[in-house]
Amino acid sequence: MTSTESKPAPQRPLPSLADPDTGAFWRATGEHRLTYQVGDDGRVVFFPRRHGGGQVRDSAGLGEIYTYTVVRQHGHPFFRAHAPYVVALVDMDEGFRVMAEVDADPDSVHIGQRVRVGWEDHEVGDERLAIPVFSPAG
Amino acid sequence: MAPRAAAIVGIHEHPSRRVDGLSTWQIKGESAAAALADAGLTFADVDAVYDAGETGPMAGIAVPEYLGITPRLVDTTGVGGSSYEFHAAHAMRDIAAGKAGVALLTYGSTAKSDSRSIGTGGPRPMASVAPGTNMEAAFGMPLIANYALVAQRHMHQYGTTPEQLAEIAVTTRAHAVRNPEAVAALTALGIKKNGEITIDDVLGSRTIADPLHLLECCLVSDGGGAVVIASADVVKDTAKAPVWLLGAGEAVGYPGNDRDITTSAAVLSGPPAFAEAGVRPEDVDIAMIYDSFTITVLTLLEDLGFAKKGEGGPFVEGGRLRWDRPGAPALNTDGGGLSSNHPGMRGIFLLIEAARQLRGESTSQVEGARTAVAHGNGGLLGTRHAAATVILGKD
Repeated sequence: MTSTESKPAPQRPLPSLADPDTGAFWRATGEHRLTYQVGDDGRVVFFPRRHGGGQVRDSAGLGEIYTYTVVRQHGHPFFRAHAPYVVALVDMDEGFRVMAEVDADPDSVHIGQRVRVGWEDHEVGDERLAIPVFSPAG
Repeated sequence: MAPRAAAIVGIHEHPSRRVDGLSTWQIKGESAAAALADAGLTFADVDAVYDAGETGPMAGIAVPEYLGITPRLVDTTGVGGSSYEFHAAHAMRDIAAGKAGVALLTYGSTAKSDSRSIGTGGPRPMASVAPGTNMEAAFGMPLIANYALVAQRHMHQYGTTPEQLAEIAVTTRAHAVRNPEAVAALTALGIKKNGEITIDDVLGSRTIADPLHLLECCLVSDGGGAVVIASADVVKDTAKAPVWLLGAGEAVGYPGNDRDITTSAAVLSGPPAFAEAGVRPEDVDIAMIYDSFTITVLTLLEDLGFAKKGEGGPFVEGGRLRWDRPGAPALNTDGGGLSSNHPGMRGIFLLIEAARQLRGESTSQVEGARTAVAHGNGGLLGTRHAAATVILGKD
């Protein structure tokens, strides 16, 4: 009777909210805020970390693709089912570079393309986080 | 002229790519015994152990215990595939300082037997929650895709073509076909087409992570090896001609907000190594360049100064890096990670084949080879990686 008992769909591996450096970044994503850090010396720090000091700011969520790939093979059940998908390094207008998925036809994606952040919502226990997923802007 | 303080005097590459029941410890032990025999030395002569920790925690204690060595120096630098170039660099330094006389480097891996998904991501995410990886684990970026980020940007920025990248895989396969152990490896690993390949073969193989194709990716094999490095005093009594360590440099690279990812940490490790050796890239006969993927080689050749940044594509065209072509260094003459073996951390084989060439023992022997470079790249070329460059020469 296994044919009618469907297993739960494989889930995307989620970041740890418990990490003392990057946990706050992921909690902010639960409110659809993409945050970055500006250090005591005025330089942009990313990923966020206690070392470096300064303050956390919200990004406007716009940037351009620095480079990307289309992942076509992965051993994890979620990503295997999800493939092919685009992962990029995105240079945000505020000066930080973030790795994220780009939700677009792989054939249409190109370096230099303007993209805007969107969110894939998740609940972890009684906390929320969201995975940034970019889309072509304008 | 660089001072000649330390030399490779013993080498061994474990011949099997499917070890059939051996453990990593046993591969290390067998390889160490064979490399010491090659040198005409014994375990009792070894006084320094360099280990990347692939057997597990506390390797700095456990490996000397297993091998029955009483070291006066232990170095457990573990930076992925480049660990062994770091070890050679450190052994050279430690021997020159009088802190060690006979250094032993060993490696063992059962990556193939364990069905380890090194390049394409495992069924479970990495257990690590290092802050940097906590930012990236949700995006399903397997190792190959990380290197693909570099290839995509390199093609965009410099006009590098898929055909030029494929040249590297074609060249290393041509060398593998001349190496009986590599041919046996391809067969043992179930690779059906184990003869020479063409650019069309490479570009016709399936894409794993754009723009990298299957035949641009290294094998996953079992394997291991050992290298013995000795002081000038010891070298007088060893069995084979010494292969001198002439210069070394090391560096790390990690993502930055404005980093040009087409340039790796090799641009930092190369110059001090060449300067210490008193050698220029154009003097190099043998280029043992870490070939996890085609783009790794292209990037490293540029960063080490064999070609200008962005001109690596034309540099490798037309089979220019084959063993029998004058005017350019011979690349990975054992067949490389692309076509001979890659048990996860390939750096030790770069030292071993460089030594074979300078002894005159390679299956693709370059006539009159006098100078070699071994450059290891460990970790992830597109994000965080380690680089070490070692220059080697003969008497």
